[in-house]
Amino acid sequence: MLETKQAVKDVSRRGQRYWWLRGEEEGPRPFHFSFTWFVACFLKLTTMAKSCMPLSELATSNTHGEDSPYFAGWKAYDEEPYDAAENPSGVIQMGLAENQVSFDLLEEYLEQHPEATGWGCGISGFRENALFQDYHGLRAFRQAMATFMEKIRGERAKFDPERIVLTAGATAANELLTFILADPGDCVLIPAPYYPGFDRDLRWRTGANIIPVHCNSSNGFQITTQNLEAAFAEAVAMGFRVRGVLITNPSNPLGTTISRPVLEEILVFAARNDIHLISDEIYSGSVFSPDEFVSMAEIVEERGYKDCERVHVVYSLSKDLGLPGFRVGAIYSYNDRVVTTARKMSSFTLVSSQTQKMLASMLSDRVFVENYLETNRKRLKERHDYIVEGLKDAGIECLRGNAGLFCWMNLAPLLKETTREGELELWKLILQEVKLNITPGSSCHCSEAGWFRVCFANMSQRTLEVALRRMRNFTEKMMMIKEN
Amino acid sequence: MACAEAVQKENLKAAGTIVKQIFVLAASQGGTMPKVAGYFAEALAHQIYRSHPPRGVSCSSTHESTAFDDMLHQHFYESCPYLKMAPVVHRGGVDGSQRRSRRSSFVAQKAACNAHGQDSSYFLGWQEYEKNPYDPTTNPTGIIQMGLAENQLSFDLIESWLERHPDAVGLRRDGALVFRELALFQDYHGLPHFKKALADFMGQLRGNKVELQWRNLVLTAGSTSANETLIFCLAEPGEAFLIPTPYYPGFDRDLKWRTGAEIVPIHCSSSNGFRITKRAVEKAYQQARKQRLSVKGILVTNPSNPLGTSLTHAELRTLLDFALAKGIHLISDEIYSGTAFASSPAFVSVLEAMQVHPLNLDLADRVHVVYSLSKDLGLPGFRVGALYSANPEVVAAATKMSSFGLVSSQTQYLLAALLCDNDFTAHYVAENKKRIAERHGRLVEGLRRAGVECLESNAGLFCWVDMRHLLLVDTFEGEMELWRKVVYEVGLNISPGSSCHCDEPGWFRLCFANMSEETLDVAMQRLQNFVASSSQCSGHGTRSWPRGSISFARWMVGLSSSRDHRRSERGY
Repeated sequence: MLETKQAVKDVSRRGQRYWWLRGEEEGPRPFHFSFTWFVACFLKLTTMAKSCMPLSELATSNTHGEDSPYFAGWKAYDEEPYDAAENPSGVIQMGLAENQVSFDLLEEYLEQHPEATGWGCGISGFRENALFQDYHGLRAFRQAMATFMEKIRGERAKFDPERIVLTAGATAANELLTFILADPGDCVLIPAPYYPGFDRDLRWRTGANIIPVHCNSSNGFQITTQNLEAAFAEAVAMGFRVRGVLITNPSNPLGTTISRPVLEEILVFAARNDIHLISDEIYSGSVFSPDEFVSMAEIVEERGYKDCERVHVVYSLSKDLGLPGFRVGAIYSYNDRVVTTARKMSSFTLVSSQTQKMLASMLSDRVFVENYLETNRKRLKERHDYIVEGLKDAGIECLRGNAGLFCWMNLAPLLKETTREGELELWKLILQEVKLNITPGSSCHCSEAGWFRVCFANMSQRTLEVALRRMRNFTEKMMMIKEN
Repeated sequence: MACAEAVQKENLKAAGTIVKQIFVLAASQGGTMPKVAGYFAEALAHQIYRSHPPRGVSCSSTHESTAFDDMLHQHFYESCPYLKMAPVVHRGGVDGSQRRSRRSSFVAQKAACNAHGQDSSYFLGWQEYEKNPYDPTTNPTGIIQMGLAENQLSFDLIESWLERHPDAVGLRRDGALVFRELALFQDYHGLPHFKKALADFMGQLRGNKVELQWRNLVLTAGSTSANETLIFCLAEPGEAFLIPTPYYPGFDRDLKWRTGAEIVPIHCSSSNGFRITKRAVEKAYQQARKQRLSVKGILVTNPSNPLGTSLTHAELRTLLDFALAKGIHLISDEIYSGTAFASSPAFVSVLEAMQVHPLNLDLADRVHVVYSLSKDLGLPGFRVGALYSANPEVVAAATKMSSFGLVSSQTQYLLAALLCDNDFTAHYVAENKKRIAERHGRLVEGLRRAGVECLESNAGLFCWVDMRHLLLVDTFEGEMELWRKVVYEVGLNISPGSSCHCDEPGWFRLCFANMSEETLDVAMQRLQNFVASSSQCSGHGTRSWPRGSISFARWMVGLSSSRDHRRSERGY
């Protein structure tokens, strides 16, 4: 509406410039003018983005993907959030992969270590910290990050702090890598289902494309060489230059880790096709049993660093420590030029030195870190087992998961028709009637209808109980309708 | 020669060391020698690395030194980043495969960059500073850093506030931790509390003559990111922005690198004190058209970095009229607005000028302001930038884009408390300006005593200094030569105007707020001595020629071979 008004205003002004300014006598006849005006107005409205107060295509495009159901569900939740006391019939947010189960440990640490947040009594501490804008990041913090990442991998992989590039969150890390590895119009392969945010993070500003590697339930959504090759061939057939493959390990939304042989296959695939391999491991500390996670870093080391120059690992503290607000992400690349370029590019997305300082002291505390990782894993596993059990009671099966803050559940039996439309219909029903905001598989580009991601770590145990009760009532009702 | 032998024997490490030695040796000589030697050494280094590309694993052994170089590169960036641009301007294209031709194209870009011929000497200047930083007690003959626009004058005020407000620092409210809340806060709209405080603060810096709507603010991780975000929102790759010269060298990276946009300079000259005129703007616009570039807007820094002057009402009116006439945007980077220390001429924000413009409603859509707390509060480490626009589409797109560079919620929380304290901010702004004015006066006085004038200014953490009369030749080579002398002989690391795309040789930017008063006095004393001695021997000619004809001939051979080499790569 506003745009139209503006356009009309602009056009009429242009009309003035062309006709009225020549003097009234020579001016056009009313009909002539209004006809021109009409045509101009029409052209104006059709080419809005180009002519009026033109913004870039980027600013007006939809590649940021915020119009998908994934975001629509969030909006519904925002309007009517559940609250045990005040709004017991509100929407329960199960679409948010947040980790709130271990905050007490972090808070306890801060209570015991007030010096971690301040700058001490030494005056120079604040000055130095406030002025610190070196894009390498605080050395102490990078060291702490490297050690933390090693610890998560059971010290089976080594990380050199000099290769860590800090970014304001994994969002920025993934975008940055895409900027460096791909030119506009190139493409990246991503095993689907994948995190819906990638559509924005990797494509929006970089101009790169994503070609999904379709995985399906027949083998538990595992990645296979055949699927990878098929996607590669598809991309080539579409005229894209393939620049890399991006995996999330453990997978979001599946909640599973990728096995060693599969990881090896993926690396061999990348090497054979001479493309990059990005391993997004932001959930690596949220694997329930540390032995079940194999990092791409381990594979690289085992292979004696063969082909390592194409491997890049992404990490973040948003999930494992539950600190998305602090915006700490990292890129670990084995390629020197990528490290150097990424570091220069990180100027656009540096981490606050205040936050670096606090987290440096927190993560340097060995006892705290070990205790945190162990307890967090235990609690996540309890939560996970609880929800899987609860869903089973409701007659719902989940993909066997061993990591993450969510389950991948199969509601295909409840679909009216096994299509994307059927899935979205069920999703709407669950959002509006059961008042649960879950994530439909189609927004994760899942090729099979009926799968949903349901998060369990962003709420209290009690809220989870309410959610499961609602789900059980719903499936019972649905089954009854189906039987009748 | 030794180096060549080492390469022959595949002893790369030794060869590398020797190349480095050549650089150092070359740097220690005056005149044109370093440049020639630089070419030679680079060509040599290039040969070595091209025939023996460093592999991922083998590189980890030389890691320490690359990290150090990298650090130097960044500092160096602050004063002359454009020289570092060429290797990275080209979007993406870094490929792990070193067998492919793309690698050589990458290197060719780098070589093209070196064609400036100044790169290595600039870099060596910074290296020199890093190796030999001034310290009043431990290294009184070291180099004084005057190339960093940092504000260290008013930290004591913030520190005493922090001491009085432990809750803001310790992530607490009324003594209880608000850690959980903050840790989870990743809404890209930012903490409303903080945005309101920031909008008020920005209003305060503009003399409360304009009212800023906090909902029109978008937070970004520093103004670097704010500027880039605006370009992403306003221009397609290949479209251009006009920027008055001299300008902050970092724009070449911030505005062009990832967005693919172009910069067309609006040439300003000393004849009218580097003021922006309608003619100059029009000329730049025509120049862009000639280059077949579609102009999307004008970007100005107000107060200007490196000039230290703020725009007048008349200049702003010219810019606004031009933006209206051509249907383009106007970005005003006002990150130094809090440093405008003079009451007359006072700083006028584009927002204020817009208010009194007869067509202010039409302007609302196309005027955008960039701000940051890095300079006014001296907190570059905290990465707090913002853009302000009354164009709802820009705000919406930029907010979504800010996901790629959000401000830490911990930092937002602390600064919200700080900026909400109106008594504090009022006192801080006044006191900070007073101190900057004093410091500025001290620098101007010191320069005057040395017989050096500078552009009259009313803002900023630096002065724009006229050293044209000290040039031996009135060219940019002459400027480089003088700059080298000032770095190596006088021991002051200052920024040459050419790094800011200044059109006239002989201007330099000198920063004064990143050091103590005593250090500034030492710097001025050194400059006075230098000017006195150089005017004494100006009759004799001070240029040093290569020592010995044999070595000269050898350098020439090196030069010509490296030139050929470069040409072949550029054609690739």
